[in-house]
Amino acid sequence: MITIRKFYYGDYGESKLDSSSDNETSSSPSGVGGEWPLWEVFIRSKQGLDHKHAGSLHAADATMAIENARDVYTRRMEGISIWVVESKHIHASNPDDADALYDPANDKAYRHPTFYNLPDAVKHM
Amino acid sequence: MNLEENFQQKVDDEIKIEPKDWMPEKYRQTLIRQISQHAHSEIVGMLPEGNWITRAPSLRRKAILIAKVQDEAGHGLYLYSAAETLGISRDEMYDQLHTGKAKYSSIFNYPTLTWADIGAIGWLVDGAAILNQIPLCRTSFGPYARAMVRVCKEESFHQRQGFELLLTLSQGTEAQKKMCQDAINRWWWPSLMMFGPNDDASPHTAQSMKWKIKRFTNDELRQKFIDMIAEQVKVLNMTLPDDELKWNEERKHYDFGKINWEEFWQVVGGNGPCNKQRLDARKNAWADGEWVREAATAYAEKKLAKQTTNAA
Ligand SMILES: [Fe+2]
Ligand SMILES: [Fe+2]
Repeated sequence: MITIRKFYYGDYGESKLDSSSDNETSSSPSGVGGEWPLWEVFIRSKQGLDHKHAGSLHAADATMAIENARDVYTRRMEGISIWVVESKHIHASNPDDADALYDPANDKAYRHPTFYNLPDAVKHM
Repeated sequence: MNLEENFQQKVDDEIKIEPKDWMPEKYRQTLIRQISQHAHSEIVGMLPEGNWITRAPSLRRKAILIAKVQDEAGHGLYLYSAAETLGISRDEMYDQLHTGKAKYSSIFNYPTLTWADIGAIGWLVDGAAILNQIPLCRTSFGPYARAMVRVCKEESFHQRQGFELLLTLSQGTEAQKKMCQDAINRWWWPSLMMFGPNDDASPHTAQSMKWKIKRFTNDELRQKFIDMIAEQVKVLNMTLPDDELKWNEERKHYDFGKINWEEFWQVVGGNGPCNKQRLDARKNAWADGEWVREAATAYAEKKLAKQTTNAA
């Protein structure tokens, strides 16, 4: 069976993870031990491209996180749009489950166009 | 294959280790120590240069210096974030710095006495840092490697602006030339120490190389730096303060004089010219900022409570 467990983006270890699940439902903005919460920063480098993970930072709220992200991650025109999300809201798959999750994709070669042999006479396909 | 062998296999195959992957505890600890020290160095490194921002000789130089020092703050942040993915909190790292448990590069315990020191730092100190940092872009731990790619991209202007600053002085008045040479004289040897002890006095190197945390030994990088700077100094029409410095045709490298390791260990041990001043500056900044951190948290809480009532 596949279980998707919740992790911080960073590995905070199991013990701290447990307490984070209460954190998620509580409304307190402060992070671990009075620190400002951790935010993940995603940057769109130019119009038409996806937002890509750039890094993380601490900030008291979303406004500050965006302002700080602007200052540290886009000083040289690296971006035109910023997303921030509190790290505790990131859910991630577990690397130990990689086999179960991704192996079945290997034996389905028919999902790729090269699986099909067509005569050379067929053009533009 | 057990976990450790599996881990080593990945490292050997140049597959990056990510925070949630299994890793030996020693690997995690070594990285936390190395990355946090690196982060501390970026942050403390702002102090000697910050010292000259208000006294920069022109608006152009002032804007450049502010931009450089701001970059260093960013480097500190990237690195702290990378270390945090290993399970240590930011506050814990600050605490280690403030209590002296964690070190930072001992070069920043030397004073910046004249404006020329800003040039010498850019050219020599950032130059040495870049040589250390470029191979770290391929280090085995993913978040560290990614942080270093970002750092290296920003770092190259640091060295160039320093060299340009010295070049300007070297073409100036007699007093400016003298100031330039004096700064080079004072920063040369401490820059060489930035690469760390000789390989035979550096017991963890072998393990770090095996884990691909490190890619070159201290002595290899130091030699590379000397070969590079010994050529560049000619463009400045200045000299390096080492009588034994000369090209060795056989080795295809520059030979150089003995490094004063006694001085190095003294400075590492807390007895450098500015150790206390630097640490006090960091501790005061942290203490003086406490009310700001608390106020921001209180404000965020208040805003959140307002939102919740509005939604209800
Ligand atoms: Fe830096
Ligand atoms: Fe720098």
